[in-house]
Amino acid sequence: MSPRIKRIRKVLNPPPIKGFKPYGPETNNTQNEPVVLLYEEYEALRLCDYDMYNHYYASGIMNVSRPTFTRIYASARQKVARAFVEGRQIAIEGGKVYFDSDWYHCEKCHCDFNNPAKELQVEMCPLCGSKEVKDYDYTYEIEENTENRPFDTCICPNCGFEQPHKSGKPCRQEECPKCHSRMMRK
Amino acid sequence: MKVAITSTGNKEDSTIDQRFGRCAYLVIYDTVSKSVEYIPNPGKDAEEDAGPVCIQLAASRNVIKIISGEFGIKIKALLDSMKVQMIMLKDPDIKINEIIEMLNH
Ligand SMILES: [Zn+2]
Ligand SMILES: [Zn+2]
Repeated sequence: MSPRIKRIRKVLNPPPIKGFKPYGPETNNTQNEPVVLLYEEYEALRLCDYDMYNHYYASGIMNVSRPTFTRIYASARQKVARAFVEGRQIAIEGGKVYFDSDWYHCEKCHCDFNNPAKELQVEMCPLCGSKEVKDYDYTYEIEENTENRPFDTCICPNCGFEQPHKSGKPCRQEECPKCHSRMMRK
Repeated sequence: MKVAITSTGNKEDSTIDQRFGRCAYLVIYDTVSKSVEYIPNPGKDAEEDAGPVCIQLAASRNVIKIISGEFGIKIKALLDSMKVQMIMLKDPDIKINEIIEMLNH
């Protein structure tokens, strides 16, 4: 299990690429799902194994606790090893994580916005004024970045109805056409 | 309070320009006086550094919010440091007058 992190962290060095593809005679099997390396996992690897910081220092740079950092780092290595051993692609999750202020999402007009006045709490959407505002969630990124993957299916957790995932739209905003439950990624 | 909106044209029913740096026009809307100004983006066809040109234009009008489809990584960092609020609206069909209406909520 990889740690699920909701807050967007301060990130200094965005990855220069979107991922890696294996090569060789056995690698044409596109059935294999890519390994998705979360941004924080990429960053943990970079800090520890490329820049050679120790865990204590790296956790400080990423602004997470030592145990959290250790979990992220372990997960990163496990994923990379899995990609190597099983000949899978590595997709690095990137996106709206490369800056300082916290980001939010408006449920009503579906805009994303940051809060440059950190000392003030966000109470409403700066565009439409709706109070249905929530913290920006990493899973939006993942859903956006998985657009071209072969496993794009949404499923209804209630009745099992399946439909192709609509790109750019989080599954949770979809309603099951049969029972009107919230859909989720299969 | 002044808000900048990236626009594909200079009419109130022009649609939002999803690109920030290379947007066709920058619409400056004053939420107090309700005035609307359409400024052609001098960096529209720039090979590079279109973003900073557009930021300068917005900054010259003292805007405190910018509405666009997406902001590049460097632009985000720059606007963040200037304490300008970024609002990303990924709807290429939305019109300038509709956005202004939303701002007048
Ligand atoms: Zn809103
Ligand atoms: Zn259902």
